[in-house]
Amino acid sequence: MPVKVIIPTPLRPFAGKRDSAEFPAATVGEALGNLTKEFGELRKHLFTEDGKLRSFVNVYLNDEDIRYLGKEETPVKDGDVVSIVPSIAGGRS
Amino acid sequence: MATKTQTVDTKAQFTNLSKDEILRYSRHLIMPEVGMEGQLKLKNAKVLLIGTGGLGAPLGLYLAAAGVGKLGLVDFDVVDSTNLQRQVTFGAQDVGKPKTLAAKNRLSSLNSDIEIETFETKLESSNALELFKDFDIIVDGTDNFPTRYLVNDACILLGKPNVYGSIFRFEGQVTVFGAPDGPCYRCLYPEPPPPGLVPSCAEGGVLGVLPGIVGSIQAMETIKLIIGRGDSLVGRLLLFDALAMKFRELKLRKNPNCPVCGTNPTLTKLIDYYEFCGVRGEEAPASDIHVPEITPREMKSRLDRGDDLFILDVREPHEYQICNLNGHLIPLGELPRRVHELDTSKEIIAHCRSGKRSAEAVDFLRKAGFRKILNLKGGILAWSDEVDPSVPKY
Repeated sequence: MPVKVIIPTPLRPFAGKRDSAEFPAATVGEALGNLTKEFGELRKHLFTEDGKLRSFVNVYLNDEDIRYLGKEETPVKDGDVVSIVPSIAGGRS
Repeated sequence: MATKTQTVDTKAQFTNLSKDEILRYSRHLIMPEVGMEGQLKLKNAKVLLIGTGGLGAPLGLYLAAAGVGKLGLVDFDVVDSTNLQRQVTFGAQDVGKPKTLAAKNRLSSLNSDIEIETFETKLESSNALELFKDFDIIVDGTDNFPTRYLVNDACILLGKPNVYGSIFRFEGQVTVFGAPDGPCYRCLYPEPPPPGLVPSCAEGGVLGVLPGIVGSIQAMETIKLIIGRGDSLVGRLLLFDALAMKFRELKLRKNPNCPVCGTNPTLTKLIDYYEFCGVRGEEAPASDIHVPEITPREMKSRLDRGDDLFILDVREPHEYQICNLNGHLIPLGELPRRVHELDTSKEIIAHCRSGKRSAEAVDFLRKAGFRKILNLKGGILAWSDEVDPSVPKY
């Protein structure tokens, strides 16, 4: 069973309107790499031009921020859930 | 990780409830978790609501109903009819009135025993500390990144908790920042996204009930902070997906290197948050793309003259159903793979709702080799204002 990647609402237009997708992967970075391979338009929203994860995009493995694990090298196992959590600001208007 | 809610120290001014208040709050008083002690804490509490819109509506109503002794309302906007779909403090009779005034009228009629102070002003670095200093808890119900960072930093500098909620379409995020030893907004998001990469609420839309749910959770967390009961959302980010009807929670950690709440803070006073977020001026970031434009009136006269213009509508199909200019519909996101539907030899006018997405489309097509292409300035909104008022605005 592969890893599930949860795609947040603001990024769904760039991911074929999907709310999640599953990929085989050994690390968080690999799961995200496979995601952007399938949905090319997502790449610029998640990664800088030199391939680094953008600073305003937070990635969680299950309920833990990967910045406090092994970042993109964090190993994943079958059934893990990788969540992309971008900042959203709406509320007043 | 659940954090026991730490009571926010409200300086006790009132030491008893009147007979009428005892009756009004009896459903609180008979619960041991609130009781007389908790209700007095509520009466002594001073809560500042930043924004009286979607999130501010349930916040104001529930906090006023709960007997929070003083509510401050900060907003500079006026009520318009598109607000009524979700901002339930306002009625149709309030359209055109300042939001702070309309909200104060509604909340006072709900509970005349509480004090309501209105600040009809835009929250800025120059006034935030002064506005916040007399309140115990700040509740962030704003709608843009510069104000979110400003609220966060001002709360940290003053040592006040910030009950945070934000929404987008049918998704919400709630947590409590700025608690002692808890993380802050910058621990979660050190930097804002650059303008343009995240759609604004006006572009994205929002399901009307969503701010009701998210704002109600903020109200609950605010009350828990005041009465010091339960496990607060400090250190947890609650994510809510209304379509899937799922709640999830993620761990939030305090970043020891955080520039504002870390062990060696480098940010010790408020900064220019528009600059920090890459936005100058008003909150709706003007598109920084400069492309050739045509005004609605020029386009109308050219069409009347019989010029062969190809109208390209880059909005979404559901927007086309609301109103359209008989254009050829290719949503912006599909343009790269449907570019073959366009004829480079023809003169094209691209439009969207406000002119922002179509500017991106024109920019893209010019880079793809199209030369005779113009952006309809102000989009369908301007067309309705300047050419054909029968076209509905949305």
